[in-house]
Amino acid sequence: MANYLKLVVLGLITLVAAIAANWARDLAYMVHAILIMLVAGGMFLWTLRRTDEPGVPAARLQGEYMDGVIRAGVIATAFWGVVGFLVGVVIAFQLAYPQLNLEWAQPFANFGRLRPLHTSAVIFAFGGNALIMSTFYIVQRTSAVRLWGGNLAWFVFWGYQLFIVLAATGYLLGATQSKEYAEPEWYVDIWLTVVWVAFLLVFLGTLLKRKEPHIYVANWFLLSFIVTVAMLHLVNNLSIPVSIWGSKSVQVFSGVQDAMVQWWYGHNAVGFFLTAGFLGMMYYFVPKQAERPVYSYKLSIVHFWALIFLYIWAGPHHLHYTALPDWASTLGMVFSIILWMPSWGGMINGLMTLSGAWDKLRTDPVIRMMVISIGFYGMSTFEGPMMSIRAVNSLSHYTDWTIGHVHSGALGWNGMITFGVLYFLTPRLWQRERLYSLSLVNWHFWLATIGIVLYAAAMWVTGIMEGLMWREVDANGFLVNSFADTVAAKYPMYVIRGLGGVLYLTGALIMCYNLWMTVRAAPMRAARMAPAE
Amino acid sequence: MSTYAWLREFAGSWMLVGMFAVYVAAILWAFRPGSRRLHRDIADIPFRHEDAPARGDQEVRP
Repeated sequence: MANYLKLVVLGLITLVAAIAANWARDLAYMVHAILIMLVAGGMFLWTLRRTDEPGVPAARLQGEYMDGVIRAGVIATAFWGVVGFLVGVVIAFQLAYPQLNLEWAQPFANFGRLRPLHTSAVIFAFGGNALIMSTFYIVQRTSAVRLWGGNLAWFVFWGYQLFIVLAATGYLLGATQSKEYAEPEWYVDIWLTVVWVAFLLVFLGTLLKRKEPHIYVANWFLLSFIVTVAMLHLVNNLSIPVSIWGSKSVQVFSGVQDAMVQWWYGHNAVGFFLTAGFLGMMYYFVPKQAERPVYSYKLSIVHFWALIFLYIWAGPHHLHYTALPDWASTLGMVFSIILWMPSWGGMINGLMTLSGAWDKLRTDPVIRMMVISIGFYGMSTFEGPMMSIRAVNSLSHYTDWTIGHVHSGALGWNGMITFGVLYFLTPRLWQRERLYSLSLVNWHFWLATIGIVLYAAAMWVTGIMEGLMWREVDANGFLVNSFADTVAAKYPMYVIRGLGGVLYLTGALIMCYNLWMTVRAAPMRAARMAPAE
Repeated sequence: MSTYAWLREFAGSWMLVGMFAVYVAAILWAFRPGSRRLHRDIADIPFRHEDAPARGDQEVRP
């Protein structure tokens, strides 16, 4: 019966999308309308063919975890990771060699359009898929029940992929609301809201029917990530479309209020998407891989509450020396500095989980990957508060130092722990005895680590140089360097940064080969259980 | 008094004190007597039910 309702809805969406494609006011909107028409039409046919067919009885499924959607998440994470790193390498070389903004590909492959494609691909496509798959894995195992909501988890997965495709194609075709890390236009924002609410429901439903009496701390972090991202997304995307048949919209906030809301969003996207969510992964997968419980459960609780209460105030440090009132930027700076403590508490908790098992670092490259990611978490959460201090910020702001800081966190912390999780999950989800090759993991580890070091070091050098050149004045108080002088001086560091990116990308490709061969060629795991689904 | 002025006043006084109190209470609660055994049990959750959900309707008790 539910299928008939689905058919009606899908048919209507296909029809409206066809009308929208016809009346579209701009190219991006038209392409998106056609895309939605094809997707909804395809799903209409798919649903039609399955209507009134007998399904698997729900009672039997309750004895198994829902792992199919997590397997899909592993594939999507690896795929989007490679895409995001590749675009990153391309734009890194575009900065070093501007001729790579190829004339025939204008305006689509311009740096200005590829850059948001890179950031969204790595943060939301690679990081987001890693978070969704880990959330589904962790909440099932720590609640000892199957995911709530049946195929709703599949809706979350495919709905999120559709969001990524709409956002990415939108950037290339010129649809953007020009808010950093929140570039997608209004209808893509609405779609993400729908998907995110479904994600929250699956998570909460599973928690509510849990068999374990207590909620493991990883789930606290994951819940705070889901709820806070929902709040940030809604407030930062308050906009009114110019026409419902076009992609352009106008922000409700303006001026300094808009800037403040944007960086309240921007910094908490880092705080809750890239930190709280990934800490949830750390608190589950590091103990699992080390085969011992977290070092101090109490410390993890303190870590959680301190992070939650402090992070939300740190945003104004992005707006030092602007029209933002002084008290607000001081508030942001002070809270950023206090954040040192929970961040390092969390880092110590993750690292000390290995106490008594440090020898694993020698034999297990997967745990090595997780440990270096925690190390990078510590380093970038040290660097960040330092850069939020006004005096330091006057040197670092608008320079490449910021880019270096972001990448030591993103490549080091988010990237490395995600690679570790992919290596952890693949043999388990495909019932394999072990990974195809540990020496390939080792290669990945060193390529990625050296790549990050090249990247971060190059950006420190060029960033500080740039900052010093900008502020250099002669005896009469005139600026010594023009902007173009700094650009010319940065060239060698830009090449080194690009090479670091190539190494990191190569490591990721080796990982994909290794994971592929794990599924294809590694021996099956001895039957401890019925195969899932 | 404008909305901004009283919100600013409130945020800097009672709201601040209130949130700080909630924070301190949450931390103190984690250190309550008897929490050690409970926390040790919770920290072991990842090592149970790796392959399949808990059977039956009974809650899991270690």
